[in-house]
Amino acid sequence: MPKDDLKTGYRLVGTRPNRPDGLDKVTGRARYGADISAPGMLHAAVVRSPHAHARIIRIDASKALALDGVKAVITRADFPTGLTGEDWNLQENTIAGDVALYDGHAVAAVAATSKLLAQDAAKLIEVEYEVLPHVIDVDAAMQPGAPVIRAGTADHSVPDGMHPNVVKYIDFGHGDLAAGFAAADLVRAQSYKTEATHQGYIEPHACLGQMGEDGKGEMWVCTQGQWYIRRMCSAVLGTDASQLRVTPSEIGGGFGGKTTIFMEPLALALSRKAGGRPVKLVMSRAEVLRATGPTASASMDVKLGMKADGTLTAASVNFRMQGGAFLGSSPVGEALSCALACYNIPAVHHEGYEVLANRPKAAAYRAPGSPMAAFAVESLLDEMCRELGLDPLAVRLKNAVHEGVKSSYGPTYNRIGLVETLQATMAHANLTVPLGPNQGRGVAAGFWFNHGGETSVSLAIGEDGTVTVSVGTPDIGGSRASLGMMTAETLGIAYEAVRVNIVETGALGVNEPTHGSRATFASGLAAVEAAKQAIAQMCARAAAEWGIEPEAVEWLDGAAVPAGPNAGKFPPMTIAEIGAKMGSTGGPISGHHEVTAGGFGASFGAHVVDVEVDPETGRTTVLRYLVVQDAGCAIHPAYVEGQYQGGAVQGIGWALNEEYVYGADGRLQNPVFLDYRIPVASDLPMIDTVIVEVPNPGHPYGVRGVGETGITPPLPALANAIAAATGARLRSLPMSPPKVLAAIKAKARG
Amino acid sequence: MSKVHVSATVNGDPVEFLADPRDTLLDCLRDQLGLTGTKEGCGTGDCGACSVQLDGVLVCSCLVLGVEAEGKRVETVEGLSSGQDLHPLQRKFIEHAALQCGFCTPGILVAAKALLAQNPDPTETEVRYWLAGNLCRCTGYDKIIRAVMDAGAEMRGAN
Amino acid sequence: MRFHTPKTFENAVAIAAAASGQTRFLAGGTDVLVQLRAAMVLPDDLIDLKHIPGVKEITRTSDGGWRIGIAVSGAELGRHAGIGADYPGVVEGMQLVGSTQVQGRATLVGNLCNGSPAADSVPAMVAAGAWVSVIGPQGVRDVKVEDIPAGPGRTTLKAGELITGITLPPRGANAGDAYLRFIPRTEMDIAVVGVAVNLRLDGDRISEARVALGAVAPKILLVPAAAQAIIGTMLDDAALDDAALDALAAAAIAASTPISDKRGTAEFRKDIVGVLVKRAARIALDRAKGATK
Repeated sequence: MPKDDLKTGYRLVGTRPNRPDGLDKVTGRARYGADISAPGMLHAAVVRSPHAHARIIRIDASKALALDGVKAVITRADFPTGLTGEDWNLQENTIAGDVALYDGHAVAAVAATSKLLAQDAAKLIEVEYEVLPHVIDVDAAMQPGAPVIRAGTADHSVPDGMHPNVVKYIDFGHGDLAAGFAAADLVRAQSYKTEATHQGYIEPHACLGQMGEDGKGEMWVCTQGQWYIRRMCSAVLGTDASQLRVTPSEIGGGFGGKTTIFMEPLALALSRKAGGRPVKLVMSRAEVLRATGPTASASMDVKLGMKADGTLTAASVNFRMQGGAFLGSSPVGEALSCALACYNIPAVHHEGYEVLANRPKAAAYRAPGSPMAAFAVESLLDEMCRELGLDPLAVRLKNAVHEGVKSSYGPTYNRIGLVETLQATMAHANLTVPLGPNQGRGVAAGFWFNHGGETSVSLAIGEDGTVTVSVGTPDIGGSRASLGMMTAETLGIAYEAVRVNIVETGALGVNEPTHGSRATFASGLAAVEAAKQAIAQMCARAAAEWGIEPEAVEWLDGAAVPAGPNAGKFPPMTIAEIGAKMGSTGGPISGHHEVTAGGFGASFGAHVVDVEVDPETGRTTVLRYLVVQDAGCAIHPAYVEGQYQGGAVQGIGWALNEEYVYGADGRLQNPVFLDYRIPVASDLPMIDTVIVEVPNPGHPYGVRGVGETGITPPLPALANAIAAATGARLRSLPMSPPKVLAAIKAKARG
Repeated sequence: MSKVHVSATVNGDPVEFLADPRDTLLDCLRDQLGLTGTKEGCGTGDCGACSVQLDGVLVCSCLVLGVEAEGKRVETVEGLSSGQDLHPLQRKFIEHAALQCGFCTPGILVAAKALLAQNPDPTETEVRYWLAGNLCRCTGYDKIIRAVMDAGAEMRGAN
Repeated sequence: MRFHTPKTFENAVAIAAAASGQTRFLAGGTDVLVQLRAAMVLPDDLIDLKHIPGVKEITRTSDGGWRIGIAVSGAELGRHAGIGADYPGVVEGMQLVGSTQVQGRATLVGNLCNGSPAADSVPAMVAAGAWVSVIGPQGVRDVKVEDIPAGPGRTTLKAGELITGITLPPRGANAGDAYLRFIPRTEMDIAVVGVAVNLRLDGDRISEARVALGAVAPKILLVPAAAQAIIGTMLDDAALDDAALDALAAAAIAASTPISDKRGTAEFRKDIVGVLVKRAARIALDRAKGATK
């Protein structure tokens, strides 16, 4: 196995071994959400609102229940009342109460003895609606006269006089803004819009749930976080969390969209009502697009002040975001905090509004909020660099944040790698490739905080000295490999001697999901600490056998050895020898680590894209693409590259063609992959990557999260490249051919 | 609705199942025959996760009725490897880290095998267009394309 | 739903005639199964035509044209050297329908009978002057391809009628065709605009032409005015002259009555039809002159 020339001193970290679950995943054996069945299993189907906003007058399930084989129908009446806050939001989103709030909102569900029968029965459930006025666009939803989605939702932060759809207001910053703008040689302000996009994981949501009348239940589900499923389902159903055992399946993509519940409580409620028979519920693609995810849509104003040499003097941003019909579902706070995080600016001010609209409840999507914010800020920065004739990468480097700088969102940065990332970008060969007619190059930087969070890991030494690691973060893209490598590195044993299991909710303390780019960081940190605990025990066993003090034993290359010449002369006692005897030397040996992991380190990235735009059709072709990002330490570089490439391509899709298209009736027009246009293989070139490694001091191997930052720069980088190719500046996403052609024509008209 | 008896050959094995005429071949493979390696990502022929070969032709099994399989040969991801020997594509996908979540992987492997059977030395562009109907949301396709081309090179060398 | 596998077209017609509820014919199934899945259609009787002898065949007609069976897939059409040489535009239109996987199943007749104004294979068939043979309770008849679409999702076929084959006329000398479409991605989209041009040269002069447009009207259009704009024009320095191309584009734009929808605006479609018709004419001309496609 060739070792990447990135770091020294490690035996495994930085190499590219085969992932432990690779064999199962190339043979079709890996079991995802819909791949499990149970004896006596029923199949479920969901009745969904065809209206964007409608009062539910009556639900009549008598015809459905009259079919042989139909075992249960549920409506909101089958759920407990009295929930508040986010629990109420989750319940209301799972199944509508008095009012359906968006096209696709669930209103009833049915369980029957076959999939086709359940679907037939769902069609026989009659729902009478009183259609209400709806609003889709975030700016329109704030206007006087816009339909009120739910009066009284606004929290205390909202200033008087706002429309009731404005439910949260955020305001923060530091420095003297007026003085900062006064000190600038160039001040520019612009407005930007981004449309909602979906995470677009290829695996639709699927679960198999069983619950008895006593509230004890089990669930098999594709999720990023089994404890979140447990807590949220229990809250919605009014049962005790400890009575629900949730086992995560393999997960077919999540990108944040599988960190919450959508239909899982329906399966459990149907099971409970059907006498405890297991119920399988699998969404169709149309259900996924209509009723899960997506991310927020945004309307944003940005103002920047810059000196003639490119120094930023002041910045203010004002963002409006809708995340559906529920308070707290838009990432406006994160968007504000990310907006200016790359730059050291003396005066910054952020204002944000969260707005309700008749759209599905937004879920997290890879660096939530950051891509929209970057589109606005990095686009304006690029325009100003062009206006002043400055190199856009040099300006970013000139203003780049580094250790000791107070961030735009408050905390002071510890060791971070934006400077190194920009320097590596400026040195890359892609920047010297000559461009032809109708071609343009765009650059942008991006940021994500990363996250630590509640983490619990357990590690056990086997009787043969091999090791099992139990973790609670589902493996969404190779984390079994990275966790196994860190564990094996720490224990001084072979990578193949470690098995990493993703375990159910009964097997560990509470874990947050695989979100915030935390799995390799936080579960890795905890696995290393658990391994160190086990090492201490193994050293103690050796010390006892040798009759010396435990402090006189150290761990070297997978064996206990005397710590020095004064400790005595004993041959190394290997992990296999210790494991074989542990029953008689004190019992099983294991290690545990439970922590709310701090110490996570931000990851910065810079992207460079070359495009060609057909001036007659407005169609953009991506010619080459470069991702440079700080990983802290790339445990398994191939999967780090994979995160960079995948994030970049999701961003390319968001920039160019992905969008939620609503009709005048408020119905989603494109709930199929035919018309929700995610990038296909032939749309893309290879995605070049450079892994920068500025170790995170908060992790034993220096790991930063790498999963999210990569989706942030593509939106502005593409806008900047299209502007360079055409002279036309797009300030609204997606930059689909009709919009690009219209911009080209408008520019030609002057 | 009465079901139809279907006899077919799946991965070389004779099989029989009862299909509702509305059931797709994908439903029958997964629910009747327990071959859950073939995935459903969209049900409309837009994502390719359900790719199988039907009498040697690459198709989306969500766009074929189960009853249409009568008398036909079906090959799924479960039939790619023979015994303990992985197909070169399977090995190369693991080696190149060409999968992240792995959900699209079975369909892409089946589609790529069909490509290499008819074009043993495809260009990058040919691989990209052949696989345009196989959506992957995790990888950005880069490592998938490399793995397919590397497998093709190995298979040519072995010939 | 009842599933039928008739062995003759006459038998298929009889099954359809005897059916009381909704009937659908099945060849490639790439549209029918999607509609079935989306619960847009739940036929009482589904009649699979693939068991009828000859439906997978492509044969020469006695006068040198081509007869294409109704179950010939896009992939099979693409592998047929003879049609590819005579009508590359028809083949490239069909091959743009869906993915490699869809190409394994989708058929010309299915694409035509789906009635989509954006059907990729239909404009080139119209431009080629192709016709279909129809069988029904009242017997058999031939219908020009351009007379089959009636509007979005509708055809002029009468209840119980079905198509038994497609015929492309003899190619003749010095002729070429081309189909171009616009989509936002490189693959997997429905045409935002489709344009087919078929023409013949007499010396340096275009002597015959047919121009057909997709996705710019409720049904696929044959636009004689666009053809007239280039018929009789001289080749200027071995290419179409700009004035002829501009007249061609203007005629195509004038004939278009597009809508704005999730796939593009009306204004955009008008712009693009003008761009593509010029590009397609140049390719068809090159092919007529014998340039390799």
